[in-house]
Order: sequence, then structure tokens, then C-alpha cells
Amino acid sequence: MAIRRGRGVAAINYPTGMNLGGDPTQALVHSTPTGNFMVTLSSVDLGQGMKQIMAQICAETIGVPTDRVIIDTADTDTGPHCMGTFASRGTHRAGNAVIQAAKEARQVMLEVAAEELEVNASDLETDGEGNIKVKGAPQKSISIFDVALSAHFKRGRSISGRGMFLIPRSYPEKETGAMKPSTCYAHACTVAEVEVDDETGEVTVLAVKNVFEIGRALNPKMVEQQLVGGSWMGISHALYETTEPYYPNRDHGGTDFNQYLMPGPGDLAKTEIIVLERPSADGPFGAKGPGEMCANPQIPAVANAVFDAVGVRIDTLPITPERILRALRAQAAS
Amino acid sequence: MAKVPVQFTLNGSEKAEFVESGTTLLHALRDKIGDTSPKGGCHQGTCGACSVIVDGELRLSCLTLAETCSDADIRTTAGLAEGGVLQPLQRAFLDAFATQCGFCTPGMIMAAKVLLDRTPNPSREDVVEALSGNICRCTGYEPIIQAVLTAARANSQNAA
Repeated sequence: MAIRRGRGVAAINYPTGMNLGGDPTQALVHSTPTGNFMVTLSSVDLGQGMKQIMAQICAETIGVPTDRVIIDTADTDTGPHCMGTFASRGTHRAGNAVIQAAKEARQVMLEVAAEELEVNASDLETDGEGNIKVKGAPQKSISIFDVALSAHFKRGRSISGRGMFLIPRSYPEKETGAMKPSTCYAHACTVAEVEVDDETGEVTVLAVKNVFEIGRALNPKMVEQQLVGGSWMGISHALYETTEPYYPNRDHGGTDFNQYLMPGPGDLAKTEIIVLERPSADGPFGAKGPGEMCANPQIPAVANAVFDAVGVRIDTLPITPERILRALRAQAAS
Repeated sequence: MAKVPVQFTLNGSEKAEFVESGTTLLHALRDKIGDTSPKGGCHQGTCGACSVIVDGELRLSCLTLAETCSDADIRTTAGLAEGGVLQPLQRAFLDAFATQCGFCTPGMIMAAKVLLDRTPNPSREDVVEALSGNICRCTGYEPIIQAVLTAARANSQNAA
């Protein structure tokens, strides 16, 4: 009886969004009378940072500071259509829709500015600080605040835009079943190091080293935050989480948080995160969806590390001490 | 059933309410008084999201009866900022990206505040121990641990 060490590797591909029905998301953008920009979405910020990222994408596209953008994700009854905030699709789908809407709004904004400055709209550029300037003659400029006032009270224009993301739906080929479930994939690889006590079946994850390829990190700190939390959650799925912890009969399963195991702050594996950026062809500024895939590779990596440590394949999650001990007993008997 | 008068100090202000006997402090704070900073996660004392400070002690407000808090000094996360200026502990949570969905954050901050009030220069193990009654689903805990250690350093520099 001993503590045995093992190391396991796993690599995954993970689709961004899904194929069903073209996976549409729409966005609307309009300016307030003082030149702030309102983005209306039905996508939801549930802590992953959707509002921050959509504000960055809109601001970058229109050419204003991020704090001039307001994101409204309030209501699926009144907002533009979104398939939903799932499948790691928010940044990619809603981001593309926001870019399209913001481009249209920017064009109207430049047309109003052109009328005020008596130049062609194509000769104008934004400075990213709230002003529109004539290319090559920056002293000739107008603030976006004044452009919005002019549009609203003088020119009768709505500085607004409509955006939509929709991919052609892919149907499986009858003969082969081949299809294109997604246009964009994120990738990850994890190396897990574990200790397994072959007397108690207890597993301790000593360290996980993760590499995530996520397209482009539109907000690197928020990406890191997501990946660190996701890596921890993957280990939690691998070893702890289930609604029926140790009993074969559903009646004995857990019904509340008392019986739902999750690792606490005292059970953390040493976690390393490396981000690779290979911009996606159809993502907003090259982004992909890192949300869910960051919690996936730890599970097979831990399972492989357990195999490396004690020689048994556990193919049911979570990898509990009971399952390891049963497998060890079966192995010894055969 | 006759209602019970309860009177206590919440973040320095006198509060008085009539509550049903058996009302939890969490319910009284959120639904009677309107301080929604303590969160109701599990309502059975396992997740820590409802943590508040009662007479300097960390308490699970979902398991504390309001009527046992007469004349108590109760502190919640809503009372930390002074005039809109965040305390170093709150600032550290923001700077360390120690919050995602935010549901556990008020409880985490209360647990961390009691720790720092008693142990101004905690070790990592001290922080882990202090937070061990609080569940977080999003962050993986490490950013929260780092935020508390950063706040401790900021506090000691301010004191020096």
C-alpha cells in the first residue's frame, strides 16, 4: 500500500456556438442625444463579462472610448433576437452582430459630421477619444457629442445600426453523416499530475498545466480569470461533483449543497495557464469562445494520470475513491 | 402568531422591525430592512454567501434568528464603503479579478474582513482557513486568496 504518482495528458477541440438553425444573434445600436452609444442585446452577462466585452467591441468599431458605450441586456421580450447565452457563443455571435450594427451607426455618424463640417464622409476619421476629424487636417474636427446633438435636434437623423450573425445551417450528408457543426474551434491541452493512495483510493491533484488556444484575447485579464476558474471547475468535475456521490440507488443521492461535493480553497491544485492566440477567421477581432472548453481537458487528463499512477481505467465520473478501489480490486482478481 | 420587536445597529444606523418569531437574520436584513448585500445561497449554512458580522463575529445570517440579535452591532458588505470610497479589501477584490458572477463576493468579503481585523498579516494558510466556509463556483478561489493577501499588505502599508 502506497501513495503513487501519475501524470496524464489530454487535448481537446471545442466548437464555438452550434449549428442548429444557423445559431443567430442580433444586436441594435443607437446613439443617445449626447453621443453615448446604447447596445441592445438579449444575450446575458452571467458573470463571464459579456457587458464589458460588448462595450469594447462596440467602442472599437465606432471609434469612441469604451465608457461611452452602454450595454442593455435586460429583456428577451423587448431586445433583438438571441439564441441564448450558452455553447461559449456569446463573444463570437453577439460580438459579430455588434460589429455589424456599430458599423452602420458609425456610417450615419460620419454622414452627419460630414454635413456639419461640409466635407465628404469618406474623408473623416475618429480619434478614439470622442472626436471626428478630417483626415490630414485634424484641426478641422467636431466632437461626437455635437454630432449627436445635430443629428437629434437639427438634421433629424437616427445614428443607429442593425447587426446580425447567422451562419448557413449545415445538414449531415446522407451517406457519411459528415457535416459542419461549427465554423470556429478553440483548443486546449492539459497535463495533470496526481497522487493516488491505493489503500484509500483518494486522489490529490498536485498540479495542472494548461495551454489554451482561444483565438484572440479581447480582454486578457478576463480571459485569464475565466481560464483559472474553468481549470479548477474541470478538476472538480473529474473528482468530486455528482448529485449521487457514492450510492448506486438514486434515493440515496444528494438533494442539496450539504451533499454536493466541491473542492474548497484548501483543495487547490497548482495551476498554470498559457494562452495561445491564433485569431479565428470569422470571430469578432479574431475571438473564439473559451468559456466552457477551459473546464474540459482536465477531466481526461486526471483520468489518464490516475491510470498512470495505479493502472486502472475509470470511465465513470466523478473519479471517486470508491470507484478506484473497486477497479483495483477487480484488477487484482483478474 | 405575535410578532417580535427586534432592534439592532446595522452598519452604524439604528434599525427596528417587527418580525415573525423564527425569522432569520438574512430574511430580516434583505426583505424587511432592504440590505440585499447578504445573499441567500443554500439557506442551510453550507455556502457562506449570507455571512455577516454580528458583534465582531462572523455569522451565517441564514442560520441566525433575527430575534437573537437585539442590541447587536451588525455589519454587512453594504456598509463597508465610506462615501462611495471602497475599502482596500473591496478594491483588492476588484483589482485581482476575484469576482465573476459576484454571488459569493459579499460573504467572502465579510469572512476576509473578520480575518484581517484579527490577523492583520495573515499567511496564505490563514486566508484559506478563513475562507473555507465560503463556496465560489466561478473563480477557482486563487484570485480571492490573492485579493485578501493584497488587502492585508495594503492595510499594513497604510498603518505604517
